Amino acid sequence: MSASAQTQMRNLQGNHACALAAVAAGCRFYAGYPITPSSEIAERMAGELPQVGGVFIQMEDEIASIGAVLGASIGGVKAMTATSGPGFSLKQENLGYAMGAEIPCVVIDVMRGGPSTGMPTRPSQGDVMQARWGSHGDTVVIALVPDSVAEIYSQTIRAFNLSEQLRVPVVVLIDEIIGHLVETVAVPAPESLTLIDRKWADSPVDTFKPYAINGDDVPPMPRPGAGYRTHTTGLTHGEDGFPTQDPVLVAPMMDRILGKLERHRDLVDCFEAIDCEDAEILVVAYGITARAARRAVRRAREQGLRAGLFRPVTLWPFPEQALRSAAASAKTVLVPEMNAGQLCWEVERVCAGTPIARLNRVDGEVITPQQIEQQIMDLAAHE
Amino acid sequence: MSSAEHSDFEIRDYLRTDLFPHFMCPGCGHGIALRALLWALHELDISMDKLALVSGIGCSGRTAAYVDTNTMHVTHGRPLAFATGLKLARPDLEVVVITGDGDCLAIGGNHLIHACRRNLDLTCVMLNNEVYGMTGGQVSPTTSNDRFTTTTPLGNHEPVFDACELAAAAGASLVGREITLQTPSLKDLFRAALSHRGFSFVEVISDCTEIFGRKNDLGNSTEMILKQKSAIRPESYGNVVDQPFRPGNWSTGILARNERPEYGANYREHIVAKLAVAVKGRR
Repeated sequence: MSASAQTQMRNLQGNHACALAAVAAGCRFYAGYPITPSSEIAERMAGELPQVGGVFIQMEDEIASIGAVLGASIGGVKAMTATSGPGFSLKQENLGYAMGAEIPCVVIDVMRGGPSTGMPTRPSQGDVMQARWGSHGDTVVIALVPDSVAEIYSQTIRAFNLSEQLRVPVVVLIDEIIGHLVETVAVPAPESLTLIDRKWADSPVDTFKPYAINGDDVPPMPRPGAGYRTHTTGLTHGEDGFPTQDPVLVAPMMDRILGKLERHRDLVDCFEAIDCEDAEILVVAYGITARAARRAVRRAREQGLRAGLFRPVTLWPFPEQALRSAAASAKTVLVPEMNAGQLCWEVERVCAGTPIARLNRVDGEVITPQQIEQQIMDLAAHE
Repeated sequence: MSSAEHSDFEIRDYLRTDLFPHFMCPGCGHGIALRALLWALHELDISMDKLALVSGIGCSGRTAAYVDTNTMHVTHGRPLAFATGLKLARPDLEVVVITGDGDCLAIGGNHLIHACRRNLDLTCVMLNNEVYGMTGGQVSPTTSNDRFTTTTPLGNHEPVFDACELAAAAGASLVGREITLQTPSLKDLFRAALSHRGFSFVEVISDCTEIFGRKNDLGNSTEMILKQKSAIRPESYGNVVDQPFRPGNWSTGILARNERPEYGANYREHIVAKLAVAVKGRR
């Protein structure tokens, strides 16, 4: 095996790992706007992309950044932008365009405290609901939430693959603290990566329908310049891509677009379940909080308590079935998160009938293993 | 550049006629502008396969869909942002933006000034009808003083934007304005803009007869367009004000032109040069 084909151990900051993974995934266009705590991603992309023939541009604002990303993606190039809470809010309208017109793109949101300017340099998990519901109307989006620098690397690559495969925007939610954490990452050899490119239209131009509903759920994309001369719009459209408000045409199109993730759960779902089989107290945690929870659950087990951890890696669409199975024996579900309580409502919906306990912090500090362990103890004592 | 005023140009060759009837109101100037644009593309022999028309929201935004080419109808005010990404990613495409006075100067104003500054090889066509037509006739940044709109029931008293001065000041390397009545001149202006290497900005003085004209008692489309003609200061007359015959609201023709590096090529050449130096330095 040649040196280049081997895994490299590298000490990387989370944000840098994200940028390197994007390049490894085939991203060749980045447009962004400076915002703490995500700026290192733009800085790294500005250095990396020119070396691989890609384009980096710092745009005039957050809206222009996602606009340029979508323009590049329509042009056929894998594209990404990165931001944080306030910028993520600004991008939501164009993210909705990407959902409706089915333009692949990857958006990194390095979460910081909010609302508004909030705590730009402090960690938070306050954007988990914005990622799902931030754009207007009925939305379709994938959100991934890594818990380590290594997972930022792997999930950023996965984000590009899912986005290309399903023609859907993919958001990677990074906790500020992991974005700025330096950890050792086993960077895979480029040849060993599985990279997925979107399906390109290759059928006859005259009969091509860019938004055909043919049971495959994800129509191939027409490459501009290849002769298809199609129309891309944020308006509801028929199979031919042209605007329509005819219910007969709109209903099946919306069903296809809004349902495609549900029908591809096999590709989308990703989670970790630790000691869930007999867990009476199930902790549901994600991102940096899951790392604290992992230790808390282990300590609780050491003290003879039946505790388990369910960690969604794909946060949206929410892994309902997997959580229901994991929570089968749970008497209580504890949801620690660095916000005033967001994902807990989704957990309550999925685990209907099981009491839900919350552990929240909005003071810019992480939730510690001790805090979670203590609450597990308290919950056990009250049973 | 030869400028045939009679040619073999057949507009239907360039249109998606299966989408007809189109949705423009009778008397709307946007169709004349689109005709002049397609005429220029025809004379320049630009392939419809290699053309990308990016438009925003509003009446102007809906015109692009009727052209049989790669069309992108994007979010309100953002066509220049989309076009910037598309052109940087695909320099082989001829990227033209069609926008309106509200789309380009109000919600999209920030993108316009930075597109002018950057000087990427885009052609931006702003159809100025002085009003938000699609939403029912609200005041826009180019609505003339004292005009009535649905949101200026007592007449407009906000100062008016001169889009061409704005574009030129922000650095657009070719800036021009024309009215729809002078269709061959408008076509020639489009030719100049499309041939120009860099960011070119063309303001078309269009007319909204149904909503704006009616509310302000400006007469039918012909009357509105003839009034525009009497209000221009053509380039061929040195853009001079000729009182009282030409009160001189608008200079027309090419109003600014300067040759400076096109951003896309400049970016790529700059990088090649810098990377070469970096590699040499490491040896």
